[in-house]
Amino acid sequence: MTQRDTEAGAGRDPDGRLARARTELWRAVQARDEHAARLAVFGLLDGGATAESALLDVIAPVQAKVGAEWAADRISVAQEHAATAIHDRIIAAMAHRDPPPAARAARAGAVAVTIACVDGEWHALPARILAEVLRGRGHRVDFLGAQVPTPHLVAHLHRTAPGVLALSSSIPTRLPQAHTAVTAVQAIGIPVLAGGAAFGRDGRYARLLGADAWAPDARAAADLLDRGVPRPFPAGPRQVGDDLPHLTDQEYTLVTRNKRQLVKNTLAGLEERLPGMQAYTDAQRERTAEDIAHIVDFLATALYTDAVEVFTDFIGWTGDVLEARRVPATALLPGLDVLGEELKDFPRALDFLARGRDVIDARDPRPPIPLTGTPA
Amino acid sequence: MTTHEGIKPLQPGPAHGVATSWTHAPYPALVADEAGGIVQVNDAAATLFPGAVPGTLLDDTVPGWLADAHRGLARRGGGDGVPGRTVSGRHGPLVLEAHPTVGVDGGVVWWLTDDTDRLLAERALRHEQERTAFLAQASTQLLASLNVRRCMEVAVELAAEYLADAAVLVAPPNGRHHPLAGCVAGQAPEHRMIRVDPAEVPGLSEALQGFPPVPSRWIDPASLPPWAVPDGFEGRAGSVVVTPLPGHGVPAGALILLRHGDRAAFDAAEEVFAGLFAARAGAALSAARLYTEQARITATLMADLLPPTLTQIRGVEFAGGYRPSQDTERIGGDFYDVHPAAEEGQETLAVLGDVCGKGLEAAVLTGKIRNTLQALLPMTGDHEHVLRLLNRALLSSRHSRFATLALASVVRRGGKVRLRLTSAGHPPPLIVRHTGEVEQADTSGTLIGALPHVRATTAHVELAPGETCLLYTDGITEGRGGPLGDVMLGERRLSATLAECAGMPAEAVVERVQMLATEWVGGNPHDDMALLAITAPNRAQLTAVDGRTPGRYTA
Repeated sequence: MTQRDTEAGAGRDPDGRLARARTELWRAVQARDEHAARLAVFGLLDGGATAESALLDVIAPVQAKVGAEWAADRISVAQEHAATAIHDRIIAAMAHRDPPPAARAARAGAVAVTIACVDGEWHALPARILAEVLRGRGHRVDFLGAQVPTPHLVAHLHRTAPGVLALSSSIPTRLPQAHTAVTAVQAIGIPVLAGGAAFGRDGRYARLLGADAWAPDARAAADLLDRGVPRPFPAGPRQVGDDLPHLTDQEYTLVTRNKRQLVKNTLAGLEERLPGMQAYTDAQRERTAEDIAHIVDFLATALYTDAVEVFTDFIGWTGDVLEARRVPATALLPGLDVLGEELKDFPRALDFLARGRDVIDARDPRPPIPLTGTPA
Repeated sequence: MTTHEGIKPLQPGPAHGVATSWTHAPYPALVADEAGGIVQVNDAAATLFPGAVPGTLLDDTVPGWLADAHRGLARRGGGDGVPGRTVSGRHGPLVLEAHPTVGVDGGVVWWLTDDTDRLLAERALRHEQERTAFLAQASTQLLASLNVRRCMEVAVELAAEYLADAAVLVAPPNGRHHPLAGCVAGQAPEHRMIRVDPAEVPGLSEALQGFPPVPSRWIDPASLPPWAVPDGFEGRAGSVVVTPLPGHGVPAGALILLRHGDRAAFDAAEEVFAGLFAARAGAALSAARLYTEQARITATLMADLLPPTLTQIRGVEFAGGYRPSQDTERIGGDFYDVHPAAEEGQETLAVLGDVCGKGLEAAVLTGKIRNTLQALLPMTGDHEHVLRLLNRALLSSRHSRFATLALASVVRRGGKVRLRLTSAGHPPPLIVRHTGEVEQADTSGTLIGALPHVRATTAHVELAPGETCLLYTDGITEGRGGPLGDVMLGERRLSATLAECAGMPAEAVVERVQMLATEWVGGNPHDDMALLAITAPNRAQLTAVDGRTPGRYTA
């Protein structure tokens, strides 16, 4: 839900009302002014706009902008959280103001759909928006929220047996957890519709992990549900390696299991290499360790999916974030080098690290302004 | 396969006595010349092909496939000593294999073997393999879901697709009504909940009681009541099987299988097979029913133990977050509650606590403490008094566990929020000022449920708009992890994160701290974590903007 929605929105916004509402909402959430934020959205609804349009053409693009502005260092983490909370409240108030007519819930072709975020996924807003859009289209929606541990999800689905599970994930590092959820849910005969930035712009990771369907945004998801998602054929329990044969090289397993030691060793290696680090405060050291841990997480996810873009996209995005904060992207290189020394027996990991290096080397030395991205 | 004792007579040789013995061999054999004329026929072949006497043509007396094979061999020319290719084909109900031996003169001896039994055995084996594969597949599909409705759907779908043309599953009655699932092959299954009289279908009431099935031939398809035939079943049923679904100890229902009149009726073997399928379906249904029942009991018992959903109360924002130590559980030893003030201007009581221990046992004790506190609500004007009463109640109960608590009495005065905060052996609440400063509330006290006497001091705090008071359990600060994997989160990091939360809505503060704590522990084991944020709303008041007044902002 990024630029695409905005452009799609422009197509169905002949008199520019949606664009105006977006500007008003953006200003309001920047100022943490919930009242003004509501005025922007409710004014639009009073003017005859549909709830679906307010959700997808106004709130979703502004939320995407919040993430991008954080990456560009133009707003703080706290502002980002405050904006999300305001959006969440507006959505709740919208549902309160115009409850979907009960009669439409029983319409022909209505699907019972459960919506959940992957275990460890905190970005609940995209899933929340999807829930409201589907409710508006007359489907029966069961919204479980952020961070749903897979055992709870499966127990819940056994009890409720919906027609479809919509699984949302924004952070690519949650893909292994998403895979666990997809296979577990399919094993009980319920199809999985995957959505969210983590599954890739073209849904390639949704396909890789064997999801039954993928949608690029809430509108496409709603259209897909209207057409119906067939039940998966339960072919008995599936093993992780059945979908991802490359995992047999154990690189993902070993990197993930030894992550703690890997981060410690890399930090020690960096201290040897960069004399300036001797003067770091504990907090600075910790932040460096956090950065290394992030790199290792994305490397592990790239190993899991065997998709180098998972890693190179992250390195490129981190470069943008660093340069927005006046730190040259080349600051990432020593970390990649030390990690390479630690992982010298892992050919796939070494290849990914080298490709990550290429991304930094190919950068324009002038700091660009990042456009989109996921807040880490 | 074949005894070749008859080959010799055709070879030139002296043993003439043996040479004629082939005519009495148990296997049919005949000799034909190059032109397809029959030269000799043994007894067995004469029985098999009554018209085939010497002098007649193969074309007129043996099956076409054999005559054709002979023509092919003869055309190739004889005498090369190469054995001809074995051919096979039908002869009446039999399947024959014919093995040619070509003589030097171009004549051919055809040795015939009866292959019918082998083919029948092979077919039976294939059939058995298909059935075994079907049963394995059926078990996988039936056991996939622990949802009773879904399990019934799968059972009738499979039965309609593979065993019959349509199937109806009758579950044991729920009150006076029977849940029914029906399916016609190739269509979607459907559910009904209707009052039926099982006696209307012969054998059904017996099947529902777990008696063995009555033979299919006893059931007159014409006598079936309409409810026993699924919607969409075209025409009349020709044959019907009613088979019980044996459950775990109690019958799980019965399955009615229907076949169209133009198809073969169910034979005895198919009835036995239907029973095998029913046994699997019954076991799966019983498991699903047992699970559903247990889940319902658990949900009922747990309803009061789950953390409540919080919203804004009398102009003050409340938000809570909870994560049990084990991902497989939904409750644990931490808890929070908010008891709203009965009237405007009175205090709302918020409480957050931590019972020593984890899991279900700890959760049960949190339920007792929450109930007791509810009863003590009228006393909350004096926190220390409440804690003394609670302590006494806990000491006299059979539980030997103790607990720590934080109490907050909250009231809004103008734009500000006044708090009375008391900690009983609990980490003191943290106050986030709008400047980004983070203070500890000046309160301390003894934990409860351990000592005969408790004491506690209460702090008085005022929140300006955008300021937050956070109650939290030590599961948050004592979680071990971080980038290096084994470092405690600690109050310093918590405070540093809270400093960024000035001016944020209560839900956002809770979400921020939950993210910090969860990401910090990563995959490490951790204690229960609970937190409760009390926030003085920022600027515009939500109570005035409830979104229920359309047209209000259109100016």
